Amino acid sequence: MAGTVPLFRMEGISKRYGGVRALEKADLTVEPGRIHAILGENGAGKSTLIKVMAGVVSPDEGRMTMEGRPLVFASPAAANQAGIASIFQELSLVPELSVADNIVICDPPKKFGMIDRRAQRRIAEAALARAGADDIHPCALVKDLPLSRRQMVEIAKALARRPRILILDEATSALAAADVARVFSVLKRLRTEGLALLYISHRMNEIAELADECTVFRNGRNVATYAAGTRSEHEVVELMIGREYSHVFPAKPERDFRGATPMLECRNLSWTGRLNDISLTVAPGEVVGLGGLDGQGQRELLLAFFGVLRGMSGKIMVNGRAVRITSPAAARGDAIGMALIPEDRKTEGLMLPMSVRENLSFAALDRLTTAGVIDRAAEQRMIDDMVKLLAIKTAGLDIPVGALSGGNQQKVVIAKWLMRQPGIILLNDPTRGIDVGTKQEMYRLLRRLADEGAAILFYSTDYDELIGCCDRVLVLYDGAISRELTGSELTEHALIASALNLAGGKPGVSPGAAA
Amino acid sequence: MKDWRYWIAEQRGALLAFGIFLVMFTIYTSNHPAGLTANVVQTASNKGVLLAFVAMAQTLVVITAGIDLSVGMIFILTNCLASWLVVGTPAETALGVAAVLLAGLLCGAVNGAIVIFGRLQPIVATIATGAIYFGLALLLRPFPGGSVNEDLADALTGRLFGVLPASLVVLVMVVLVVWVPFRRSVTGRAAYATGSSELAAYMSGVPIRRARFAAYSLSGLLAAIGGLFLTFFTYTGEAAYASGNAYTLFSIAAVVLGGVSLFGGRGSAVGAIFGALAFRTIGDLLFVFDFDPLWQPLFQGVVLLFAVSLGALALFRVRNRLEWFG
Repeated sequence: MAGTVPLFRMEGISKRYGGVRALEKADLTVEPGRIHAILGENGAGKSTLIKVMAGVVSPDEGRMTMEGRPLVFASPAAANQAGIASIFQELSLVPELSVADNIVICDPPKKFGMIDRRAQRRIAEAALARAGADDIHPCALVKDLPLSRRQMVEIAKALARRPRILILDEATSALAAADVARVFSVLKRLRTEGLALLYISHRMNEIAELADECTVFRNGRNVATYAAGTRSEHEVVELMIGREYSHVFPAKPERDFRGATPMLECRNLSWTGRLNDISLTVAPGEVVGLGGLDGQGQRELLLAFFGVLRGMSGKIMVNGRAVRITSPAAARGDAIGMALIPEDRKTEGLMLPMSVRENLSFAALDRLTTAGVIDRAAEQRMIDDMVKLLAIKTAGLDIPVGALSGGNQQKVVIAKWLMRQPGIILLNDPTRGIDVGTKQEMYRLLRRLADEGAAILFYSTDYDELIGCCDRVLVLYDGAISRELTGSELTEHALIASALNLAGGKPGVSPGAAA
Repeated sequence: MKDWRYWIAEQRGALLAFGIFLVMFTIYTSNHPAGLTANVVQTASNKGVLLAFVAMAQTLVVITAGIDLSVGMIFILTNCLASWLVVGTPAETALGVAAVLLAGLLCGAVNGAIVIFGRLQPIVATIATGAIYFGLALLLRPFPGGSVNEDLADALTGRLFGVLPASLVVLVMVVLVVWVPFRRSVTGRAAYATGSSELAAYMSGVPIRRARFAAYSLSGLLAAIGGLFLTFFTYTGEAAYASGNAYTLFSIAAVVLGGVSLFGGRGSAVGAIFGALAFRTIGDLLFVFDFDPLWQPLFQGVVLLFAVSLGALALFRVRNRLEWFG
């Protein structure tokens, strides 16, 4: 291959949405056999860049070439044909179809004009094996798989297309740590096979491990391209946000919570084999983290507190009083005062087509209502306070919440619950897919809420976050608490070791003793 | 898990409909004065296939997460058309049959085009086109009348080899010639994908428009086959408004009974056929137990509710309330 003609190049690509410039004369060069990381805050233009490459949106100006030949994509299918496969942040799998159906969906094998099921099965099995996910049954329906397995199917699906360029947009954000390791070895193998990989992630450690070169985007432009390892993490963050960046995490107060009556407590909580004899306490003012690999029961534990699960055994106590929480409506009520920031803001947190205003007041409507009529003035006051408190960036309160950026959407979800002034706040991986700046604001907010007396139970898949934000971290393994880490024990090494339930993680705190 | 378990899980709706039909039909025949004779089966088959065809037609559209409220009217329009065209010499008759089928296909294609290119909600678009199709039927047959090639009609409503009901054989053939290839084709796969998640289908480069268009068009064709059979049974054409509406609504009932999800993406025409046959057998059951036919609508409603509740039983076993909304 000639050294002068790159595999893929885009030059001067611009894209505007209304008055907003998503991309402004962006350039990018992609070479085979290399992993190219794209960095940038949300709204920096990464998503638009990917969408242009994948044929989802067409640019207003600029040109793309593949080995010197100009490319124009009319649809995602055209980009596929050209050899560009993408794995999107929003999963592109069809839930009611089987894993095998999904893997071959772009170009099913045919015999006599009909889909050849045997060939389909072979292709699917091969693709799953290539993606390092051969534990997934090709006949299983995608909707029955947990999020992390779906992501593996998504990767297998992209590989089945035999692409020359593979785009991974936050592809590991839903993955359990064990899967991330497998995906990384797969990606490294693909690199040696001569594939060009474009890797978008907010996780710096992943980029440090994988990337050969990095391009940083800011405000729709590529501001810097450099060989991996030539810039410090600090410098990279500076490039991304373009401002001084000092303490990521707010300081933790030195406090001892052991004497206090726990605000939230559970004893011997079990549920259908997914939660096994869990006991824990959260004191007012305390931020307790839930760690461990994804899918070890963290999500179920939060749902159990929030009254979503049926047929649980064990006891839940609020302020030392035993309570029965039978629905989210009961959980948020005045007697309990609980809020849950859900995992998936787009489906569980927001009504996307409805306005920012409506979304903000949903959870607190009962408090804003007199004799069945919403007090618009009181609603406006509360909304104004929240928009100010969380610095929500929106063009107006009456635009659909779906039009906001991911970080601002998540702020709306949190603000909606803060309007009830909850005493107990449960968070399910709230910073996934959110830019560094918003994350930092969120960490400060959490600490502030805790200082004001809230009890916070915080599940995160990001180890740095657990270490930086939490007073104490409970590591879950197979539905049970395998270890409790406090103070100086709270290190990345200890977290990973106990998440994997390694012998090096010391004998775990016995679950009963935590109460 | 073994492969067959996945197959069972996928076909659960259709199997349930088959089970309900089998139970009801067994009760019916065991209480019938004549018992299980070729004659009884033939009569049951002839009664059942009409709704079965219309239900198949509805299934195709429902799979794409749409709904077709004009199937009953296409059924009536093609009946009226057939009462003009399916007459005369064998050659003329064959031409007439082809013309009627083409007309049905065209009606379906118009629905599809409006939904896809007009971007109208299927429910609104097909209410409108349904009214138009009925208007055309009324112009063709302001009064009941016309005729049909009786040799063909008798052959297709009679028995093959003295035992097999011909109408049932035609139904099976239509399943093999229309449904199975559709289900196995890329277009059919695309129809399921579109119904399940249009966004994911689009992002995967699935031919969404082609799938929708094919689903609506084939739906019209299947409704036309139903219309032809109506003509074969009655020997006349009649623009019966109530009948058209009833078939539309019953087709939705049959589809739901047959385990086809109204949210799209799941279910099969075979399930819908058993749903239709089960729905039809309710009337026969009332007959053998000497109930006044006036009770029929009431009982159909009760059985439908009961059957749909059976499908919803799984909800009581849900331990995570979020799955209620999945």
